[in-house]
Amino acid sequence: MEKNEPKIACLMCDFVFCQEETHAPRNVKVARVSCIGRIDPVLILEMFEKGIEAVMLVGCKPPDCHYVDGNAQAELTVNILKKLMSLVNVEPERLKLLWHSPTAKKSFNRHLTEFSDKTRKLASLSPKNISADPDFLVNISAAKRVAADFRLRVLLGREKELTESVNVYGEKISFQEFDKLLGEIVQVEFIRQKIHVLTSVKPLSVKALAEKVELKPAVVLNHIVNMRRKNMIAIDHVDGTTPFYKALEVN
Amino acid sequence: MANQKIGAVLVIGGGVAGIQASLDLADSGFKVYLADQAPSIGGVMAQLDKTFPTNDCSMCILSPKLVAAGRHPNITVLTNVEVAGLNGEAGSFEVKLRKLSRYIIEEKCNGCGICAQKCPIEAIDTFNEGLSNRSAIYVEYPQAVPLKYKIDREKCIGCGTCYEVCKAKAITYDQKDSEATLKVGSIILAPGFEVFDAKLKSEYGYGRYPNVVTSIEFERILSASGPYGGLVLRPSDGEIPKKIAFIQCVGSRDYQLGNNYCSAACCMYGMKEAVIAKEHTPPPLNAKIFFMDMRSYGKEFDAYYKRAQGEWGIQFVRSRVAGITEDPKTQNLFVHYVENETPKTEEFEMVVLSVGMQPPKNAEKLAESLGIKLNAYKFCETQAFSPTETSKPGVFVCGAFSGPKDIPESVAQASAAAAKAMEVIASERGTEVAVKEYPPERDVSLEEPRIGVFVCHCGINIGGVVNVPEVVEYARKLPNVVFAEANVYTCSEDTQKLIKEKIMENKLNRVIVASCTPRTHEPLFKETVQEAGLNPYLFEMTNIRDQCSWVHMHDAKEATEKAKDLVRSIVAKAKLLAPLKKPLINVTPVALVIGGGVSGITASLSLADQGFEVHLVEKEPELGGQLRNINYLLEKDSDPKEKLSSLVEAVTKNDKIRVYKNAEVVDVYGFVGNFKSKIKQKNGEEKEVEHGVVIVATGASEYKPSEYLYGKDPRVVTQHELEEKLASGTFEAKTVVMIQCVGARNDERPNCARICCGQAIKNALKIKETRSETEIYVLYKDMRAYGFKEDYYREAAIKGVIFVNYDDERKPQVKAENGKLLASFWEPVLNEQVEIEPDLVVLSAATVPNPDNKKLADMLKVPLTKDGFFLEAHMKLRPVDFATEGVFLCGMAHSPKYIDESIAQACATAARATTILSKKTLEMEGIVANVSEDLCSGCRICEYLCPYGAVEMKDKEGKTVAHVLEALCKGCGACGTACPTKAIIMGHFTTEEILAQVKAALVEVKI
Repeated sequence: MEKNEPKIACLMCDFVFCQEETHAPRNVKVARVSCIGRIDPVLILEMFEKGIEAVMLVGCKPPDCHYVDGNAQAELTVNILKKLMSLVNVEPERLKLLWHSPTAKKSFNRHLTEFSDKTRKLASLSPKNISADPDFLVNISAAKRVAADFRLRVLLGREKELTESVNVYGEKISFQEFDKLLGEIVQVEFIRQKIHVLTSVKPLSVKALAEKVELKPAVVLNHIVNMRRKNMIAIDHVDGTTPFYKALEVN
Repeated sequence: MANQKIGAVLVIGGGVAGIQASLDLADSGFKVYLADQAPSIGGVMAQLDKTFPTNDCSMCILSPKLVAAGRHPNITVLTNVEVAGLNGEAGSFEVKLRKLSRYIIEEKCNGCGICAQKCPIEAIDTFNEGLSNRSAIYVEYPQAVPLKYKIDREKCIGCGTCYEVCKAKAITYDQKDSEATLKVGSIILAPGFEVFDAKLKSEYGYGRYPNVVTSIEFERILSASGPYGGLVLRPSDGEIPKKIAFIQCVGSRDYQLGNNYCSAACCMYGMKEAVIAKEHTPPPLNAKIFFMDMRSYGKEFDAYYKRAQGEWGIQFVRSRVAGITEDPKTQNLFVHYVENETPKTEEFEMVVLSVGMQPPKNAEKLAESLGIKLNAYKFCETQAFSPTETSKPGVFVCGAFSGPKDIPESVAQASAAAAKAMEVIASERGTEVAVKEYPPERDVSLEEPRIGVFVCHCGINIGGVVNVPEVVEYARKLPNVVFAEANVYTCSEDTQKLIKEKIMENKLNRVIVASCTPRTHEPLFKETVQEAGLNPYLFEMTNIRDQCSWVHMHDAKEATEKAKDLVRSIVAKAKLLAPLKKPLINVTPVALVIGGGVSGITASLSLADQGFEVHLVEKEPELGGQLRNINYLLEKDSDPKEKLSSLVEAVTKNDKIRVYKNAEVVDVYGFVGNFKSKIKQKNGEEKEVEHGVVIVATGASEYKPSEYLYGKDPRVVTQHELEEKLASGTFEAKTVVMIQCVGARNDERPNCARICCGQAIKNALKIKETRSETEIYVLYKDMRAYGFKEDYYREAAIKGVIFVNYDDERKPQVKAENGKLLASFWEPVLNEQVEIEPDLVVLSAATVPNPDNKKLADMLKVPLTKDGFFLEAHMKLRPVDFATEGVFLCGMAHSPKYIDESIAQACATAARATTILSKKTLEMEGIVANVSEDLCSGCRICEYLCPYGAVEMKDKEGKTVAHVLEALCKGCGACGTACPTKAIIMGHFTTEEILAQVKAALVEVKI
């Protein structure tokens, strides 16, 4: 393996895996999962955190799914992940969801090579590069918490039902509407989690946090107010006219 | 009569006024439906941090009332309710209500809050004025009554999570709005007010500049349970400001906006906010208030104003602020104003806009559906002599809906409206109510003490400093403690349920709450344990807030240790607690009203109309008091002379009222329900009367000035004397100078006399009416034309009355020289001393308390203020009660006030008195002294020492022994301490109990 070859993970659904004879190059690590709908968003983010530079998810082409609609769920997961990746400053194209079937014209290996080539053109996400960028680690750790958050899981888990069928009031919510709401919530949660990560290292002021998260101090203060409400953060001390906040352990 | 009357009342609006009216009605034997549009009761007072002039915590004094209303057996609280229509007439109404869906089955929801924790959607928290978010399923605030969640349908996406997590299965998404019809005899409107939308005052930049906030937002900022945890922060960057400007009259006294009236409460709350901000800000805070007139006209308000200037160092600038601009870099604010005719600009880090009161948004809809009239500003129309009556008989009003007012005025008016509502249906008292019954008391005499300890977080009031879980752990290990637990708010409705459950589950026979002050909360907890079958005296409380977390705010560790000490020591006492019996006493359904002015007459009539007998005692040969000196009103809505004669006639004709003129009360003996008093009549004869309550309405009078040549030059008169001249047609003058605050707001009488500004305006307008060419100068410190009186102030200015401001440094001068009367004063606009030659100088003389007050106060054992007016039980929430039960006060005996205010207070005392007179028996306090007759030596020391006359000596088998009159005994313990033979045992505070408590406080138990 060449030194500068990007490390790529490829997660394949059991059914595709069994039908394909994969000739993956050494820089592509292939793993088999039962269904691509099984993929936890936290897992993907963890891969990026650990130095994987791109991830390809391979599942059965809709409407074929051996687990009813795992592939559709995967699509929603990838959608959220891409939102999170933009926030973390990891190019969303580093994550690819591929529908594959044995009858597909383009061979699977061809897909892999293309994906590998494209990844190579992006800046390296090697552990060395990552450790040089403390922001990356903070961001990815915040993103992981978002992906694990109850609030987001609830929305993700119900997205299909709410957009395709009706909600508890018998109303239908369009996918666009829901996606917009989801986008906003992901953004809010990401900032709050980032503030939490930052303030668990040392107490910080609103102004200092505002610089780090590149938002107006007023917006940061509002997040802190809501984090206090949820017992995520508390005032540590006041220095002159400046309160400093410290993250509380979330149980 | 067409319809059978109904002994039930609908109260619309669940703020402090609606709650007070409901409690008075419910305590007087009427069924009450308390309806509010909001999901919980409490109104604006629930949002406030502290209240003036006592700086009491608003929620702390309101919460017991919320709970009392929520749990009163005669009150049904209806929330999310709108009025849809009204049929019928006074005595028998049919009201159509629309109940908006909560999407919650109220009976099932126990307020645990899991749903809100798990709800994925956030919404703007309107209770926190948008400074924080809440979930789409919510309660307005933690102490909300009823503590029932509600789904914000606009924000909810219908994901169904709350349904899944709700253990009580209280969520129901298909709940529809419903309609209901209530049958009631009378209706009270208390829908409150709306805060002025500060965005309309665009020159102040609210909504554009983040560091410009409104006063109601600032209340939330100051609140310990608010968005910033009680620390004052700039919304723009979270920094603690060092310099704050408060701008008064935003949306008030502003005719460009059409809000011409004065909002009446803002001067005081602005001052209070500045004071509290200083207390809540660690670095020294510079607070400056920009005002037009400082209208601190209420009881003891000027004393507060003085303290604000002196002790608290708040700065005051008399100026209307022209505009505010922002430094975009620092987001500091430039306040532009004119002072002494010079334009000035000052930089501040934060600005608070004291926003005015507006009628509620739905005022017009409400008025239409009920058929009542609104005034020009869309507040409910009332008249000076009937301040709680709407244009529709049987429908009454109280609180800010009848005009901007502060809390005590609203509370008094609420009780007044309750009295009027009762009058309509007095015949139906007791027909619609249930009697509260407690389960039989458990006999615990043979049980080992099993103590339960409930430790309150009080939101963050305690929990933010004291490590509550640690205290709970500690309590659990103390001897005889079998149960201990922490609560977020031990006073909340759901916790009462929980306490009861825990008493049953753990067979507790002693209960302790470690929280705040017993003064406000002990009755609530006692009732709770009683509901669980325990004698209420098996309850004890320790204060780990006021005396611990608040005073040791900056030392959490020590505070936690102290909280443990307090809990340990109260546990030691609780072990020894014994059940006590509450004596029942009979009530004589008769009132003694002292003072026959408009207040005394009104109170008497209200009680008589409800069927109670009244003894009305007047010192003078005629009834009427100060009203006899009043010839016309500022409001012009009625003729006071005509009103006076019809009131006097009504009293004289009423066979329930016995009037004593030229008479005096010379002795009052007894206690609530059972007074015996001596009335000394004109002929010198003393008549003894029995009565259940006393209403003090002794009035006040105009000060006879010693200033400004009064009494030395006939051309110097008081406002009353001017009024006489105007009424009798003997007024003649080309130039009149009126001088305000004569004998008031000085070192001798520091407080405002309240009514003189209105008198001056009234008389000035009267002069202008007949002799428009007369030049009138009004020399004032602050023109306190509050509420709708502002209209008349403006009218006077438009009609050419010249108002000139003076201060204590440059008081006006009046002298007589060569037969000429000369008045000179400083003219701040011209910036020079002006001398004129008036034909008449009119002194707006203070109102001074009745000189008999001292004697009467001693007789009734009630306190006076430093100024010599009577002092009520609580300035905010008990404006017409004395601390002594069964004794009430109203009118100018309380403090100077206008006729409508006196009438409101007078009716209020009638309602408060009715809560006693309507009962056959009263249950008294059980903590009294007990004499062990075997040990008593008959030395009479106790009899001599008892300040309440509760000890009598009696013969027992040939021996003289002390006997305690339980109903008179206040349980102070003076006798018990002094008794040389230790024959007196103080219930609930026995020597053993006190010693055990002290010992345990000193010695830490090793666990």
